[in-house]
Amino acid sequence: MSAEPIVLRETSAVRPPLVEMLHEWVTTVDHKRLGILYIIFALMFLILGGVEATIMRIQLIRPLNDFVSPQVFNRMFTMHGTTMIFFVAMPLVFGFGNYLVPLMIGARDMAFPRLNAFSFWMTAFGGLFLYFSFIGGDGLYGAGNAPDVGWFAYAPLTSQTFSPGHSTDFWTVALLISGFGSIGTAINLVTTIVCMRCPGMTLGRMPLLAWMNLVMGGLVILAVSPLSAAQIMLMVDRYLGGHFFDTQAGGSAVLWMHFFWVFGHPEVYVLVIPAFAFASEIIPVFSRKAIFGYPVMVAATVGIGFISMSVWAHHMFAVGMSSNSNTFFVLSTMAIAVPTGIKIFNWLGTMWGGKILFKVPMLFCVAFLFQFLIAGLTGIMQGAAPFDWQLTASYFVVAHFHYVIVGGILFTIFAAFYYWFPKASGRMYSESLGRLHFWLFVIGFHLTFDFMHIPGVLGMPRRIYTYEPGRGWDAWNLIITIGAFFQAAGILVFLYNLLWSYFHGEIAGSDPWDAWTLEWTTTSPPPAYNFATVPEVKSRRPLWDLKHPEDPDWKYE
Amino acid sequence: MSPTNIFAADSTPADTILGLSIFVLAVTGTIFTIVFTLLAYTIVKFRRRPGDDDREPAQIYGSNQVELAWTVIPVLIVLVLFLATARVIASVQNAARPRGAISVTVIGHQFWWEYRYPDLKVVTANELHIPVSDAAHPTPTFLTLLSADTDHSFWVPRLAGKTDLIPNHPNSMWVDPHETGLFLGQCSQYCGVQHALMLLRVYVQTRDEFDRWIKQQSQAAAPMSEIASAMSQTASRGQRIFETTACVNCHTVAGTVAKGRFGPDLTHLMSRDTIASGALANTADNLRRWIRNPAAIKPGCLMPAMELSDPNLDAVTAYMETLR
Repeated sequence: MSAEPIVLRETSAVRPPLVEMLHEWVTTVDHKRLGILYIIFALMFLILGGVEATIMRIQLIRPLNDFVSPQVFNRMFTMHGTTMIFFVAMPLVFGFGNYLVPLMIGARDMAFPRLNAFSFWMTAFGGLFLYFSFIGGDGLYGAGNAPDVGWFAYAPLTSQTFSPGHSTDFWTVALLISGFGSIGTAINLVTTIVCMRCPGMTLGRMPLLAWMNLVMGGLVILAVSPLSAAQIMLMVDRYLGGHFFDTQAGGSAVLWMHFFWVFGHPEVYVLVIPAFAFASEIIPVFSRKAIFGYPVMVAATVGIGFISMSVWAHHMFAVGMSSNSNTFFVLSTMAIAVPTGIKIFNWLGTMWGGKILFKVPMLFCVAFLFQFLIAGLTGIMQGAAPFDWQLTASYFVVAHFHYVIVGGILFTIFAAFYYWFPKASGRMYSESLGRLHFWLFVIGFHLTFDFMHIPGVLGMPRRIYTYEPGRGWDAWNLIITIGAFFQAAGILVFLYNLLWSYFHGEIAGSDPWDAWTLEWTTTSPPPAYNFATVPEVKSRRPLWDLKHPEDPDWKYE
Repeated sequence: MSPTNIFAADSTPADTILGLSIFVLAVTGTIFTIVFTLLAYTIVKFRRRPGDDDREPAQIYGSNQVELAWTVIPVLIVLVLFLATARVIASVQNAARPRGAISVTVIGHQFWWEYRYPDLKVVTANELHIPVSDAAHPTPTFLTLLSADTDHSFWVPRLAGKTDLIPNHPNSMWVDPHETGLFLGQCSQYCGVQHALMLLRVYVQTRDEFDRWIKQQSQAAAPMSEIASAMSQTASRGQRIFETTACVNCHTVAGTVAKGRFGPDLTHLMSRDTIASGALANTADNLRRWIRNPAAIKPGCLMPAMELSDPNLDAVTAYMETLR
């Protein structure tokens, strides 16, 4: 009798054959494994998008360079933008959401595990389909292979007339497929957060990360749907003789712009609200203080969610809208600065009076605060429509949105990687390699994107494959390219750190940061069922209550 | 310094924008300085020091007064910025069109600019000529912006902000340059393969120079018989080649059979400083290279190589040089 369980335990400890492991990963419906799949998928595409960015930066390193042809350059910026938004940033955000939300609200999985797997594989196939264009897009003479219409693919450049062949179709279908995946995951996140919280976790006691994922999920449902509709309309135009965007037959190019940006601007918040979520979890733990002004943080998040649905046309100040429309979108755009400002001040309030420990996750969060401040302020400049008439479609706007997406979003995603790596892998990352990554990336980021504002102010439009000397742009472009190499080096150190630490890092234990939310109560990595017994909470920081029975949070909330 | 610096404004719309820009920069700069200082102070002052004990700091959950303050103050700042911005939008977009203003229709084409002066009966390409406007004789130029194909954008930073040229969606803008000279810019809405070399050149002239230019441009091309030069034999052979190949499908030379509208009007080609939408200086050598194979200079441009033999290439180039 006593021998049998031991034998069972031994066989389960033996590593199963590779094929079986792969099969398990492919057929998994576990939210943690799907979260990790999302993240690994995104990291692979991060490398592709990074290579495309590097090719562009080498081409622009000096005037009249001919490293690549204009056709290749145009494909590079189209693929870079599409990849980074749809197949890097969104999968990363979804990956962390998938992994963390059930753990943080004390659930054993997402509400719809099979929908979860379906959504991930849709996104993955969308990404692979987009890249298949490099091989499968060739065909019609002169039509090229990968899409080259820009990541927002303005009509009528996407019509059969101006984009013959199938390159544009690869773009359209890839985004349609991955869009269904995004909507599926969003529905799943929202349902999970609304229905699957553990006993005692009222909405007011939910970790901010869960609140922010709830708002993000809502935004995805509202924003990706019009994009998918527009993709279908574009296909109808291209193959079924529709005229939605066909300007030669009375269609409207401006209609496409509205469709795209009614997706495109909430999309920025789809990405940045989870970034806020990471900062809102990490900053308190490393400052050793509760988040300052939890109710206001929730209100600001929901406020941003609503306002972000009404600002889209600030991407269109130069397309010739009436002065009244322009004025409205100035007001809505500037209004969003208020809740965003509140957040920055609340993080500041959290750090104030704390004992800040500068581990790598906190370093990335602090850099995020400074950089997001600048990104917000350059955003206000462009929110002032007349100023935007000069700045839009120039390198200034390229610098601005990279400040948001890299300086804001990617920095907090790096913070999240280092913060939750011990939970997901069971091992600590290398602190010194993490610091090297941080400094390489900070230097590279600032060399590239600080200086990128300047050629924009000096009249350099985006999406040009070459430029003439004598416009005052040469030196700035050289510096920008040098920065890109620092960033690439930082990414390599980061990836090496992840791999090395996965095999050789110190054993982390279940709660290496002395943190306060539920994911730290279970083992690292957590078992498939997450929690042996379903937890019950009485406050926003259940582990604080546990560690400080003399001074629990629930007395004050 | 850069000839396309937005801070070197030289026309009312650009000037008005510059004024707003300085105000917005001042406000955001002040916010930046205050918040940056607060953040920097916080991370230095409240960092953990080696000798610290392990006790947790005092837990503070929030403060209604403080949070109200940092809500109300941003609201007030946003209101001020909004009102200042709304005023400038109205002053630029709703400006009245004074008597005597010049009208130009700008038509964006894949990778070049067509300019038509409807009241003055002039058609030209790639180099826009407009009169200077001073307080004593305000002569602003009002541009109607159209597109023949995809989206483009007209951006000459020292004269005005950009406005897009969108097919089936006429737009307008205006400029009133205060000084004479050459103002540069380029297409700033991605329009296809050669978006990068769709350059803008605006020549601002005194009223007299401008009137002379208009007078000269409104004439048809001089008949070959009037050109008495050693070149005329070759040039008139060039004209025959030009008029019997596909050239005339796309190009116009006023007063001849060439009446195409897809490419730039060549009637007064030699009065322009550049060819290929500003990408090349207008020299005999460059003209010849361009006619031989445009794609070697602007890959992806829509003008095909006409596969002319060397003598024919010389002849067509010579003909082009007579179009003054």
